[in-house]
Amino acid sequence: MFSIPVFFESFGPLLWAARYTLLISFLGIGLGLILGALICAARLSPYAILRRFAAVWVSFLRGVPLLVQLLVFYYALPVIGLDVPAFVAAIVTVGICASAYISEIWRGAINALPRGQSEAAIAIGMSPRDVWSRVVLPQAVSLSLPALINELILLVKASSLVSVVGILEITRSSQAQAATTFRPLEVYLAAACIYLMINLCLAALGRYLEHRTTV
Amino acid sequence: MQASSVEIRKVNKFYGPFHALKDIDLSIPPGKVTCLIGPSGSGKSTLLRCMNFLEEYDSGEVRIDGQLIGYDAPGKRMSGRKLREMRRSIGMVFQQFNLWPHMTAHENVAEGLIRVRGLSKADAMTRAADALAKVGLADKMGNHPSRLSGGQQQRVAIARAIAMEPKLMLFDEPTSALDPELVGEVLNVMKTLASEGMTMVVVTHEMGFAAHVADQVAFLEKGELVDVDTPSGILHHPKDARIQSFLRTYHERNSF
Repeated sequence: MFSIPVFFESFGPLLWAARYTLLISFLGIGLGLILGALICAARLSPYAILRRFAAVWVSFLRGVPLLVQLLVFYYALPVIGLDVPAFVAAIVTVGICASAYISEIWRGAINALPRGQSEAAIAIGMSPRDVWSRVVLPQAVSLSLPALINELILLVKASSLVSVVGILEITRSSQAQAATTFRPLEVYLAAACIYLMINLCLAALGRYLEHRTTV
Repeated sequence: MQASSVEIRKVNKFYGPFHALKDIDLSIPPGKVTCLIGPSGSGKSTLLRCMNFLEEYDSGEVRIDGQLIGYDAPGKRMSGRKLREMRRSIGMVFQQFNLWPHMTAHENVAEGLIRVRGLSKADAMTRAADALAKVGLADKMGNHPSRLSGGQQQRVAIARAIAMEPKLMLFDEPTSALDPELVGEVLNVMKTLASEGMTMVVVTHEMGFAAHVADQVAFLEKGELVDVDTPSGILHHPKDARIQSFLRTYHERNSF
């Protein structure tokens, strides 16, 4: 029998655990946006060595599962003498992994802009910096918003993987509760509801931002 | 109004093995309208884009008021700053308008004044409003480009260029992307500009404009400058067989 009280009772600890899910996703995408911008800049730079580096970065990080990256990173850090908390290791790994996808999202958005957009700016004598900050980036950011929100939603779900390094986020918390209550269905269903609520909110945020930036 | 002259000497341009401009010689006198005509792929747009160095020419010289553009000396590239300095006084209007879609018409025109001319935002907005009024769009200033017709967008693009007070205006097929009924409003703005003594170089397929407004017409084909003459010399009494055949095709297509 499905126990409705157990289902509702499991929300409390799971919502508390959701703070880790949110922190890891948001800090992860924050780091991913910064690193992704750098990688994208390297990919579009006139220097072959930077382009090569960015291409290798992207293909390696996209080619290895996040779960494996987490484990490698978590166990590699102490080997090179860095003792960082699991939480930090998780954010860094998620951010690095996201940077590979985000740099490609931005590269696509920038390449999607017609050449004439920057040519018009160059023709009136704008400096390269102004061409980027006033013409290319504002349009690239708004073009990339749907894909970035998509990436953020993927990260929220992927953050469940950091349970393997012992962080008590939603998924690990639900596993623990399932083990103590012997009511896995109720607990996991509650966890599913929380993930869904978070991601519905993010999707709504995405629609709002898109609406604001579309002309 | 100060008007620039352009001197083009022995200009060559290659795209890989493709010889896009072959030893072009052309003088653009100050305050006059020069139309570049010819079949598509003839190199007329490329030649126009060499005049503000959006297109790099490989050899020869393009001089604006005597000053070489793009190079300090043959083969030695000019610094970005110096090139931007020269581009400030050269306006350009594109076939696809190339307005910035995230800005209103007013902001499109003011942007260059703020970023390039260093005007305060208030001054730039006032000057931009004047420029828009001049092209008959005072009532559309607050619109984004997506809320303007093609003809209106192209007039905003012209306002964006003339607000910078250029001494030379380059038009790259300014009416080719427009619905036929919208061509007139753009050509009228260009005629006004011509009557004020602006040096204008216009790549166009509008033979009517070339015939009535141009002071000289240059005909290009396959990267060669075939002839330069008065509009009537090129359009009514063409000497070269290539021009005759081009005009024959043009008349056939436009007759009914």
